[in-house]
Amino acid sequence: MSMERIVREYTSIREVRGPLVIVEGIGDAAYDEIVEIELASGEKRRGRVLETTRGYAVVQVFEGTSGISPTTAKARFTARTLEVKVSSEMLGRVFNGLGEPIDGGPPLISGVWRDINGDPLNPAARDFPTDFIQTGVSGIDGMNPLVRGQKLPIFSGSGLPHNMLAAQIARQATVRGEEEEFAVVFAAIGVMYDEAMFFRKFFEETGAIKRAAMFVTLAEEPPMIRLMTPRVALTLAEHLAFDLGMHVLVILTDMTNYGEALREISAAREEIPGRQGYPGYMYSDLASIYERAGRILGGKGSITQMPILTMPNDDITHPIPDLTGYITEGQIVLSRELWNRGIYPPINILMSLSRLRGEAYERTREDHANVSDQLYAAYSRAVELRSLAAIVGEESLSDIDRRYLRFGEAFEQRFLRQGFYENRSIEETLVLGWEVLSILPETELYRIKDEYIRKYHPAYKKAAELEARKIKE
Amino acid sequence: MPAIGKIVRVTGPLVVAEGMQGSQMFEMVEVGEERLIGEINKISGDKAFIQVYESTTGLKPGEPVYGTGAPLSIELGPGLLKSILDGIGRPLSAIREVLKSPFVKRGVKIPTLDRAKKWFFEKREDLSTGDKVLPGEIIGYVEETPLIKHAIMVPPDTSGVLEWIASEGEYTVEETIAVIREYGDRKRELKLMHKWPVRRPRPVVEKYEPALPLITGMRVLDTFFPMAKGGTGAIPGPFGSGKTVTLHSLAKWSDAKVVIYIGCGERGNEMTEALLKYPKYKDPWTGRPLMERTVLIANTSNMPVAAREASIYTGVTIAEYYRDMGYDVLLVADSTSRWAEALREIGGRLEEMPAEEGYPSYLASRLAEFYSRAGRARIIGRPERIGSVTIVGAVSPPGGDFTEPVTSNTKRFIRTFWALDARLAYSRHYPAINWILSYSAYVDLISSWWAENIDARWKEYRDEAFSILLREEELREIVRLVGTEGLSERDKLVLEVARLIREGFLQQNAYDPIDAFASPKKQWEQLRTIVEFYRAALRAVDEGVPVKLIREEMAILLRDLVVTTRYRIPNERSEEISKLREKLLYTLETITEKYRTKVRRT
Repeated sequence: MSMERIVREYTSIREVRGPLVIVEGIGDAAYDEIVEIELASGEKRRGRVLETTRGYAVVQVFEGTSGISPTTAKARFTARTLEVKVSSEMLGRVFNGLGEPIDGGPPLISGVWRDINGDPLNPAARDFPTDFIQTGVSGIDGMNPLVRGQKLPIFSGSGLPHNMLAAQIARQATVRGEEEEFAVVFAAIGVMYDEAMFFRKFFEETGAIKRAAMFVTLAEEPPMIRLMTPRVALTLAEHLAFDLGMHVLVILTDMTNYGEALREISAAREEIPGRQGYPGYMYSDLASIYERAGRILGGKGSITQMPILTMPNDDITHPIPDLTGYITEGQIVLSRELWNRGIYPPINILMSLSRLRGEAYERTREDHANVSDQLYAAYSRAVELRSLAAIVGEESLSDIDRRYLRFGEAFEQRFLRQGFYENRSIEETLVLGWEVLSILPETELYRIKDEYIRKYHPAYKKAAELEARKIKE
Repeated sequence: MPAIGKIVRVTGPLVVAEGMQGSQMFEMVEVGEERLIGEINKISGDKAFIQVYESTTGLKPGEPVYGTGAPLSIELGPGLLKSILDGIGRPLSAIREVLKSPFVKRGVKIPTLDRAKKWFFEKREDLSTGDKVLPGEIIGYVEETPLIKHAIMVPPDTSGVLEWIASEGEYTVEETIAVIREYGDRKRELKLMHKWPVRRPRPVVEKYEPALPLITGMRVLDTFFPMAKGGTGAIPGPFGSGKTVTLHSLAKWSDAKVVIYIGCGERGNEMTEALLKYPKYKDPWTGRPLMERTVLIANTSNMPVAAREASIYTGVTIAEYYRDMGYDVLLVADSTSRWAEALREIGGRLEEMPAEEGYPSYLASRLAEFYSRAGRARIIGRPERIGSVTIVGAVSPPGGDFTEPVTSNTKRFIRTFWALDARLAYSRHYPAINWILSYSAYVDLISSWWAENIDARWKEYRDEAFSILLREEELREIVRLVGTEGLSERDKLVLEVARLIREGFLQQNAYDPIDAFASPKKQWEQLRTIVEFYRAALRAVDEGVPVKLIREEMAILLRDLVVTTRYRIPNERSEEISKLREKLLYTLETITEKYRTKVRRT
């Protein structure tokens, strides 16, 4: 930043409108400059310059404009952009959306100041994520494995157990062969108090709090703060990962609240709306958050992002999940139907996807890709047949089709379903996968190479074991 | 004299400057003390409205704006291949080295082409001093990569008499390699590189009908919805439908000589993947690393939005440049929707009247201009040559809705439509190209190529397989009401064979070393096997053999038909498929014979 650090103060506020304050008489406000508004009571609020001209500046006030009077308020242009002090000291602490401690602990001693917007990572400086993360959840590891440095959101609905699943992943995620645990950067964006409590309690109980930094903005806080919370959190994550070489897992919840805040502010600025009133730049804005993940060439650390969002009315085509899906590297979709049938984790396998699964497959077991593809294809057929059977009756289905129905049931009950504290290794997950596939005739396994069938199919394994026993005897 | 003005207003990527008399529309300017790159897109009195290609944070009224007198241009010359450029042509690898940071900071100025690198120049043999040279004339060559011989051409905007030409030897892109005397006796020095404004199409003599297929190695594309060299296509699809994987497959396997891949507002990791993996992948046509024929342009979603708008033009200009050398060029733009959104955002800041869904009213004409730069054409200048630019644009319709403005306007200007379907992707049917919604206007044009080079029956078999798929779609409606058991035996056979086509032909595993790329010959053998099996089975069914019997007796062989032909038989041994075909037909014959005997006995 080449801005000369000269603070200028003005009392000439011309207009207050929604979250905006228009300051007259200033001709050298910098775009994005941070402004301090001082009320008659002495209260100070912050804002930033949205538009600057020779003559006036439009300032957006973070904490809202209520109580600001044009005649008594002062605007101080600070000659800084929005920066936050970050350091590894922040692990184990709780902060507000602007990165100020709210846990009663001491202020930060050391740290570096960073612009919360960051700079775009150079694609030529990135390294491609490849290290398989074992989450211990079969529905993820078996079907849509994720890798370190990936950004994979959970698309959920209100009342579904997305927080549980995110917590389970945060607790269990490991890269095998490495002892190092993930540092967790957690940002609660406009959530209710009890949701923030759930995570805090969870981190404390599991001892994970020592390696976690929490940034909490509650639902009642002004929309501008919500927009800054994930940026502040990611600024810390980038420092930990790219300056200090740590592996960081970032959990952002709930991105729907973020999108709502964006729309609210856009409307107040009287911008031309895009779909459903959301601003036309929402894609770029969301990308400026989600793209702050990955690995860099020659660097040791990584940022793995797991944003959580609740789809309004469970609608995946709603602009927030829709645009998110176009930016992230896949998505884990939760299903109300499975949850209502008592299945945890209620992962809608067919709609879920990990774009980097190919990298993970190369580091697990040779048959993983084939098994996962076959489970997908067969389960998809089973679901289709299930709805068909509901209309025409099971008896008008062929024998094979009925086997598919049995497969579908077993897949959900034995493979997908597991406990909140159950941590399955990838081998255990694959054994379960083969077990449910063996319900189908072998000739139906179009997606699996013959050599894997002979090596891993329970029928052959049993035969091989019998053979071995015979030889022993 | 280029203007020097002063900033009067900053709002996001839009800057207004006054004192800009004499500047022109689309002139490139340098904004503020850090000299950020921008482009004028509206002039009113002495005020210029500038879209800035870098972050405007910290910019203030009163800072200077410098005109350059020239429109936004790109350097064309050896060294483009194997590089990764941002939306306005800056080399990202060099930026990383210069900044010593993994982040892109603004204000960096690094020319597109490496100034220090020397290239071995050989003059065109039949050319000597005193010869008249035309615009576009090839005067010599540089081996840019082992795959691509780079033709050094007289820029399209000049011509004259060759006064001097350099002898064989090593030159940098800035050294003079020839001097021509233009009309009016002005001398002009030619170098290995020249500049060209990105928004202006490079001229050609005439465009031809696109009658040659662009072979992609993807069966569903080549056989059912083919692309032609010089053609245009769009690939729309909701997220997760496999757009990127399909586009990467196109970039990797298609038989274009040069590939320009534009990551326009997409994921950073995708460009990184190409950058790290293309040097390792082998071009199936030459066996050389893919990177040697590839230029990557990356303006990822988190990079400044205005440069995203420019990246499309930067890419297509480079494509035209290689076309002018006589190459077949494939341009992949992922995604044109993000480009359209950039137009919308800039239009909004200029306070233009929005049309549908907030997009500017000129969206359709911009799309038309872009796709019109495709084509197979006779190139200007000597020697005579033909080159082509094929454009494939990804479209990302919100919510997968194909009626939205970008998809529906794009459909007016493209001839091949590869519609991706989320439901197919959910069942891991890849490439998830919906065969009911997709189309290609090139099938008839290119069928003569297949007839001449592969087999005269290609069109007939293709149409037959396609009609089986269409019939299956109708039958699925019926099955939903009455179940499969209520169908006639002929219809049951259609369902069986359609499944074989889907599993054994339409689906293709982009990650499998053998299945990922199917040569035209292999595609034909696979198609022929399925269609001939269908014909034979139909005869058997007409004799009364139940479909259930065929399915049960032949389960292993049919699985082989899918698995073996796709994963086990490489392109160079595709004749082995015919053995499998004979075995299939023979087994079918035996089943029928057994059935006949059984019927006769009873």
